[in-house]
Order: sequence, then C-alpha cells, then structure tokens
Amino acid sequence: MTAATSSVAVLRRDARLVWIGVAIGLIVLALAALLLDVPYLGSFVDWLINRVPPLSYLIVQYAVPIAFGALCGVMCERSGVTNIGIEGMILTSAFVAFLTGAYLHTVVGAPLAAIIGIGTAIVAAMLLSTLHAWLSITIKADQIISGTVINILALGGTAFFNQLLVSTTRLSGTNTLPRLDVPNELAAVPFIGPIIDALLNQGPIAMSLIVLVVFLQIMLFRSRWGLRTRAVGEHPKAADTVGIDVVRTRYRSVILGGVFAGLAGAYLTLEQFNSFQDNMTGGVGFIGLAAMIFGRWTPLGAYGAAILFGAVQSMQLAVRISPPEGDLGGIISAIPPQVFGMLPYVFTIIVLAGVVGRAVPPAADGIPYDKEARG
Amino acid sequence: MTESANPGAAGLNVDATTLLGGGSLGRQAIVTGIAIVLGLLIGAVLIVLSGVIGPAQSFDPTLPIAGYAALLEGALGGPKAIANTLNSATPLIFTGLSVAFGFRAGLFNIGANGQLLVGGFCAAIVGTSVALPFPLAAIVAILAGGLGGALWGFIPGALKAWRGAHEVVTTIMLNSIAFLLLNLLASSIFKDQGATFPRTPDVLPGSVLPIILVNTRLHAGILIALATTFVVWFLLFKTTLGFEIRTVGANASAARYAGMRPAFITILTMSLAGALAGLGGTVEILGITKNYPAEYIVNFGFDGIAVALLGRAHPFGVVGAALLFGVMRAGAGAMQRATDIPVDIISIVQAVILLFVAAQIIIQQLLPAARPKGPVEPSAAAA
Repeated sequence: MTAATSSVAVLRRDARLVWIGVAIGLIVLALAALLLDVPYLGSFVDWLINRVPPLSYLIVQYAVPIAFGALCGVMCERSGVTNIGIEGMILTSAFVAFLTGAYLHTVVGAPLAAIIGIGTAIVAAMLLSTLHAWLSITIKADQIISGTVINILALGGTAFFNQLLVSTTRLSGTNTLPRLDVPNELAAVPFIGPIIDALLNQGPIAMSLIVLVVFLQIMLFRSRWGLRTRAVGEHPKAADTVGIDVVRTRYRSVILGGVFAGLAGAYLTLEQFNSFQDNMTGGVGFIGLAAMIFGRWTPLGAYGAAILFGAVQSMQLAVRISPPEGDLGGIISAIPPQVFGMLPYVFTIIVLAGVVGRAVPPAADGIPYDKEARG
Repeated sequence: MTESANPGAAGLNVDATTLLGGGSLGRQAIVTGIAIVLGLLIGAVLIVLSGVIGPAQSFDPTLPIAGYAALLEGALGGPKAIANTLNSATPLIFTGLSVAFGFRAGLFNIGANGQLLVGGFCAAIVGTSVALPFPLAAIVAILAGGLGGALWGFIPGALKAWRGAHEVVTTIMLNSIAFLLLNLLASSIFKDQGATFPRTPDVLPGSVLPIILVNTRLHAGILIALATTFVVWFLLFKTTLGFEIRTVGANASAARYAGMRPAFITILTMSLAGALAGLGGTVEILGITKNYPAEYIVNFGFDGIAVALLGRAHPFGVVGAALLFGVMRAGAGAMQRATDIPVDIISIVQAVILLFVAAQIIIQQLLPAARPKGPVEPSAAAA
C-alpha cells in the first residue's frame, strides 16, 4: 500500500469517527429527554442535569492535583523513567508553598507571597525530581525504591518540620489565590454555560492546567522535542544511534515532570486550602498515577481521566449535599462514600488487566539505559 | 529482560543483582553499616537544626547525643522497653519477609500494606466468631489472616501472570482499595455497636496472643515471626520450589527454557508474599489492638520495603533490619518526651538509610573495601 492511499484511509476513518461521535451524542440527548418522562429514572436524570452542574466546579477542583500529578508521570514515563514518588513530591511542595506564603504574606503582601510560594513549590519538587533522576538515570538504582525513598522522606520530613515550625507556633497561611468571577450572562448559557463556568470559575493554577495539558499534548506528539522524548522512552538504543542524548533527555523530562508536581502541591495549599496537614495529599499522587495509566500516558487522556476521577469523588459530595430523589436516587444515595473513593483504583486495575481496552506503557519504561549493553 | 507474552509486563522487573548488590557478605555488611551510620549522621544534623528552629531556639551541638541516648534508653533500657522494641519489630519482620520474598522471584511487592490490612481484618473477624479454647481459636484466626493476605497477594500475581499488568501499579491500587473496603466493612456490617469509634468487636479471649514475658506487653507474635523467618529461609534456600523461585527471579527466560513455570511461580510468590504480610497484620491485631479499627492507618508495608532492602532480601537479614527499625520506632516516643525532637526524625533517618542502600554505588566509590572485585557485570535489565 502506498503512503497516499493509507492516508486517505486514515482520513476516511477519521470522518467516520466524527459521524459516530455525533450519532452517539444525539442518541444520548434523545435518551436523556426520553428518560425525563420515565417515572423511575426521570427524577435522577433531572437531578443530574439540574443539581449537579452547580457542583461541577468541584469536579474540576478535585481533578487539578490529580491531573498535575498525572502530567508529572506522563513526562517521566514517556522518557522511560518510572516515578512512584509523585505523591512525595506533591506533599513536599505543598508544604514548601504553605511555608513560603505563611512567612512572606506579612512582609510582601498576600498576592506576591503566593506567587513566590508557587515558585518555591516548583523548585522544591524539581530538587526532588532531580534526586530521582540522578538515582534512576546516573546511579541506575532501582526506580521503585528511589520513588519509595522520596515518599518516605517527604512524609517524615514534612511532618518533622510541620511540628517544629507550624504546630507549635500556630503559623497561619496566606489567603488562597482568588477565583475568577465568571459573568452571569456567560454562565447562564444553556448546556455549555455550566461547563464554561466550571472551567473558568477557578484560580490561576487550575486555569493554567488546561493550557498546559493542551500545550504538552501538542508538544509531545507534534514536535521534534516530543518525538525525541518519546524515542528515549520507547527505544533508547535507537534514539542514541541517531544522536539523541538519552541521559540528557531523560533528566530534562523528569525535572520538567517535577514542575508539574510542584504546581499540584502549590495548588493544594495556596489555591484549594489555606492550611497544611500532615499527609494532606492522602494518595492524590497515586490517583494521578492511575489517571496517567487510564489516560494511556497522554496529557489529554490523563486530564480526561482526572476529570472522571474528580467527578466520581464529587458525586459522593453531591449526593450528601443534595440527595437525589426517587427510587434510583435512593439507591445512589445509599452507596457508601468509600465505594466512590475506590472507583478510580478499580477502574485502573480493570484497564491494566485489559478487560476494557489495554494500557501499554512505553517500551523502555523503568529500564536504566546502559550505553555499552548489547541489545 | 524476560520475553513476556504481554507488552504490558515489559520493563521494570526487579533485577536482583543491581538491587541486592554484588560482592561478598562482608562487603555487603560494610555497605549496610555505612548506610546506617550516614542515616544517623544526617539525622543528627537535622536534630541540631530542630533545636535552632524549634520552640527552644537554641544551637545545641550535643542535642543529637542526648536525643539518640534517650532513644536507646527508651528502646532498650529495661525489660518493658525491650518488650516494646520486639513488639514494634514483629510486624516489620513479616512485611520485610513479604517484600524480600517477592524480590527473590523478581517481583516488587509494594502491596504489603494492603495485604497486611486484609490479613489483619480477616483475623479480627474470625477471632470474634470462633469460640474455641486458646491455642485452637488463635491458630484458626492466624490461618484466616494468612489466607486473607494471600488472597490480596494472589490478585496482583494473577493479573501479572495472566494479563501482564505490572505488580507495582496494581499493588499500589490494591493498597488503597483494601483500606477503603475494610474501612467500609469495619464501620458498617462488622461494626461493634458499643464502641465509641468505628471498629470491629474485640476478638474472643481464645484468639488473643498471650503475653510471654511477665509485667511487659511482649506478646507471642515475635515467636511466630521468628518461626516464620526460619520457614521462609528453608523454603527459599533448601527446597526445589525455592530454587525455582530464585531462578525465575534471576532470569525468567532461562527458567522457562529449563522447564520451570514463571507464570505459576509469579502467582505463587505473590500469594505467599501476601500471606506473610497478612500474618504481620494478624499478629498486630491479635496481639496489640485486639480489634480492627476502621481508620487503621499503618505504614508497616512501606517500612517493610526498607527492611527487606537493608536485610539484603535474606530472611535473617530481614530480622536484623526489623530489629533496628523496631529500636528506632519504640524509642522515638521517649526521645520526643525527653528532648522535644519530633518522632518523625525516625522516618527521615530510615529514608536516608534506604537511599544509601539503594544507591550503594556511592558508598562503593567512597570506600575501596566495599567495592566488589572484578568488572561489574553488565546489567541484565538492559534491553
């Protein structure tokens, strides 16, 4: 088959996919309209449409640290370095961001303190990711252990300094970064209004996420830089042969991943909450890892997975705040919160097991590059 | 690298030679010793720092000595302190064995924490419902705990062997699932209605592990741990099955050509590793808490990774490392009371020790005596 015919085939397939998408969308809309008349389901669908949208900004909020954690994972693993230390990196940078804000807001004012806090959070996470890069790439130590070291160090270290600096002195944080006010006219637009509101009624870090996701997706899959990054993650020997510096590329990717982990941490203590608690990440880095897998190691996919996981988590909150009515609503309300908490992990295991689709990591993921080795 | 039937399983397999380091037992001991000393030294620097930035606001270079002395006194001064140290070491022996056992088959069991929770929960439930006299009820509860842990280890083993899902990722997920699932069960179906906070009912007297040293809290868990250690050593190094496990760990392709069954060994190893971690939770529940609290937040599984590495994935080494960590855990409280150094310094010291053991090449370059002789073998993991 020539290149021309194959690209025509791809175009045809793309067009077909668009039509399938439109058809599915229409069917879903028709079903929703029909279901509103069904006594059993109607009240639940009504609840989903009318009560959940006000909570949709919560979905985006839950998704932010998960998505940043996932982006960190995508950068590392695409270049062939496994990173299970994301949780520790986020926790450390959350603490550093909190401390910076707490100490500086009386000196330089809250807005500047928050901006410097974002900076120190990123630096802290970059330092930890440099340690991880050095251990995994240069020292060729086991990458899982390196990640475990970072997690234990972060958990112990933040608790240690938290007790010394914060708990005993009752240090209080700076104000949280303000959210953008979306004009009522825009939020009132039917259907897309609530979505726009949810996406834009956020602070600066949450909003930068969307831009970063799209940018990274394009860079990773449409630029020379992205091709090289993925090449060292799939087949480092081949990449080396054509003159790509495997070690440098991996270092760059892992440290860039640290930037995202730092933003996740800064988000937690400067934008979402105004305080720091021991182990406040509570596994968000691991959910990020799950989102990365669920999103097939792509930034957009990971963001979608983070939104899905965020939706599952805020569903639990939505049910508590305004319980759905009717029979089905009663059943949904009766689901214990732990079940909602478990779903992201269960989804990920299902995807890993290949029951629905299959998640395949980059081929050289987790393998240190040995220039002299045959292969 | 193994030629897995499944692309998802490629990469990341534990390479026993890089992980455990080459060289003789003596050199390994030197490296381990240096790692411990470096960990304590960095801990000492942080302790001095804690005096400066903490409430005391004073620079006191002798604070580390006072702190470590208080720690040792709290961990080893008198029978009660030693009993607490042994009790602290007991679950770590089990989780350390669990992780070490996985290492030997080339598997990284990061799920010891979840397996420990499931094992402990099963033991707690069986312990509340089996009304038999002492040794019998305890034996049934212990078996239930081991089986529960084995089930939680079987899942990632089967997912790896049959579906190629990497055990590190699946066990991370299963850790969270275990905590949430048991949190749900212990606060709903199995909740003790009379308790002030959600937990399962206390186990019946027949299942409680007896105190083996009068006037202390030392329970029989340490004896079970030591017996288990011996069994694991025997299984790994004196049986055909153990040989098969270690061969699969060293080179799965070679093992397959030699007629061994890597898939079967993977499932079996993960199940047994799960059982070991489950037993850790079992002795903790039957010996210390007597019930399963819904908010049972423990880190034994992750400490077990450090213990297994420090003990060079050898059962007897694991016991030594667990005792060292037990000393630190048991003495940390006394240290904080005496010197205001936060107990979390222990986690930092442990992380630093783990760091230097994992990156032992640093120590080997610093110290000629610790360097393995001859050229370093090319890594088996390079694809």
